[in-house]
Amino acid sequence: MQNTGNASPASGSFFTDPRKRAWLFQIVAVVIVVAIGWFLFNNTQTNLQHRGITSGFGFLQNSAGFGISQHLIDYTESDTYSRVFLVGLLNTLLVSALGIVLATIIGFTLGVARLSPNWLIRRLAGVYIETIRNIPPLLQIFFWYFAVLSPLPGPRQSLELGEVFFVNNRGLYMPAPVAAPGMWPFWIALLVAVVGSVLLRRWARARQHLTGLPFPVLWCSLGLLILLPGLTVVISGVPFDWDMPVLQGFNFRGGWVVIPELISIVMALSLYTAAFIGETVRSGIQSVSHGQTEAASSLGLRPGLTLRLVIIPQALRVIIPPLTSQYLNLVKNSSLAAAIGYPEMVSLFAGTVLNQTGQAIETMMITMSVYLAISISISVLMNVYNKRIALIER
Amino acid sequence: MSNTTHTFKPSLPPPTLNVGVIGWLRTNLFSSVGNTLLTLVALYLIWLVVPPIFNWAFLQADWAGATRADCTAEGACWVFVKERFGQFMYGFYPAELRWRVDLTAVLAVVGAAPLFFDRFKHKARYGIALLVAYPVIAFWLLYGGFGLQVVPSSAWGGLMLTIVIAAVGIAGALPLGILLALGRRSSLPAIKVICVTTIEFWRGVPLITVLFLSSVMLPLFLPEGLSLDKLLRAVVMVVIFEAAYIAEVVRGGMQAIPKGQYEAAAAMGLGYWRTMGLVILPQALKLVIPGIVNTFIALFKDTSLVIIIGLFDFLNSIKRATADPAWLGMSTEGYVFAALVYWVFCFAMSSYSAHLERKLNTGHTR
Repeated sequence: MQNTGNASPASGSFFTDPRKRAWLFQIVAVVIVVAIGWFLFNNTQTNLQHRGITSGFGFLQNSAGFGISQHLIDYTESDTYSRVFLVGLLNTLLVSALGIVLATIIGFTLGVARLSPNWLIRRLAGVYIETIRNIPPLLQIFFWYFAVLSPLPGPRQSLELGEVFFVNNRGLYMPAPVAAPGMWPFWIALLVAVVGSVLLRRWARARQHLTGLPFPVLWCSLGLLILLPGLTVVISGVPFDWDMPVLQGFNFRGGWVVIPELISIVMALSLYTAAFIGETVRSGIQSVSHGQTEAASSLGLRPGLTLRLVIIPQALRVIIPPLTSQYLNLVKNSSLAAAIGYPEMVSLFAGTVLNQTGQAIETMMITMSVYLAISISISVLMNVYNKRIALIER
Repeated sequence: MSNTTHTFKPSLPPPTLNVGVIGWLRTNLFSSVGNTLLTLVALYLIWLVVPPIFNWAFLQADWAGATRADCTAEGACWVFVKERFGQFMYGFYPAELRWRVDLTAVLAVVGAAPLFFDRFKHKARYGIALLVAYPVIAFWLLYGGFGLQVVPSSAWGGLMLTIVIAAVGIAGALPLGILLALGRRSSLPAIKVICVTTIEFWRGVPLITVLFLSSVMLPLFLPEGLSLDKLLRAVVMVVIFEAAYIAEVVRGGMQAIPKGQYEAAAAMGLGYWRTMGLVILPQALKLVIPGIVNTFIALFKDTSLVIIIGLFDFLNSIKRATADPAWLGMSTEGYVFAALVYWVFCFAMSSYSAHLERKLNTGHTR
């Protein structure tokens, strides 16, 4: 409120003129910030010199020399630190993606359950939300890791499900699909089905605009998506072979392994975030006034259609912004995995690499900018989406 | 001829199936086939989950004893929690000096109590006096000096340390957050840019990296020879980190204040600070109490992350205790106890915020 524009007195001392005072304040603020920055920079320079640390990102080309318990891309101990960075980044993204998908599913279920006409369901969802969201996520990760997964029996006494899935204290073992040689017809069929459904949807929309006749797009697309690839399976056989986990010696070989660190972090984070998403969804649905439902039914829409065409689009508008920040929280919370040694960005880079190389500034800068980049890109994406669905007001 | 009078028959009771317990059951639990199914599934799940947990935690649990050998029953071994209770609460604070921690806590409760009574007249003055005096007394009692034996902060631990970090964090983050929010809404471009950058930077990175920063980078940033206490570094980082979140919450409240309020304040001849302090902030802060308390709850939960830089807060002391060879296999008991304690604190905070919201809601609802 400093700039009251033309109302400022024409003369007077320097401090009573709002415009001059505004300049003064800003100059002082900038000078302070620059001074602090210079002070920190200067100290860092001296400290680095005294400790004999050379700064720069050259260390990224050096060989890392340590093993990583889970890597989505090929990695050996002789690979460089930049490869370690990629492994860590991918692991962080993996945790985030799994967590977001699970949390969304559980969260929306919870949100709907909170509004159920059934008293018991409503109460159960409420108790769940109030319990889970008041317990620190780190504690929940520890609980899953130390209290649930660690006491599981060893590989020889694994709990098994149909001799296909095995759970023991080294993780969850499951069969992995391996591409069979003659599978290209399957992929082509899948592609045709996807393109076909998109075209069908467009055509149905145009027809409804012209004639008002609805077309059962959903069922037809589902049919396409199941039938076409299904047909190729019938004709040319199953496109996958399964690589089964087999107990050999003291451990399982083959198949996919989900390490216990990953299970605990994904379980804890998705259950924790789901509690918040549930509340978001509930408030979103409640924000759509009852008049909308009544208006829809007076137009002759059935309850299912009312929900799909009237309630959900309006509720989403309220749900999306807080949902985005929940997703961001989940991504940032995935760094808690460092506490149980899951090899993601923080534990690999700010932990192991920093300790090995001593390049504190560079590693911290890289780690933090990864999270900043993820945060900023998710919020930009969500802003775009938000703008698209925003209410167009007069 | 007899005098005929119309006597009304007494009204029939409402159908028994629609009122009372049966009616309630019918509308709330068994209103349709689907609902009935849901109810039955939910009941089955409850029956599957609750009795075993109850059995484990109470019926078959061990309460008495002093060592692991005393835990003979099937259920939980609460002896572990009982034996380590002192460590969970005070960390390595010398046992004979723990009365100082207790006294600090009692003083906080007794000192703050008058603020919760509506009849107390001088709330504002008393509150400010308390805010100035209490931290000094608390620091003196906890740390020592001036006649008391000094207990270095490295000996602090357990729930006490968690509460210290949370309390200092809350007390520091709120004013800093309000200042940042004011800066973000400022009409001075330089100040606005500085505040926006600060807020967005701190909100974009996880607290863990910030704590790492405090333990590996701060020594590089500071002049040689100057080293800050580990706890102090962590607390400073927590304050700045949570202030960024508070700032966004407060900004939301300020944006909700109609422009007329600013104009009215200007018409009254109020300058910037008076406009903000007397007109805008009181209304804005009232609007965002739930958001602020939610940030405080998040802060309280986030204090558990100091485990990363090796501080012995409540969660870390429990984690260490469960790794003790004398008490192996007590993880479940330990973490359930920890969850219970954290839950009590967070739930109390959120309940109080709901209460405050109802009390301060001075009739803007339609």
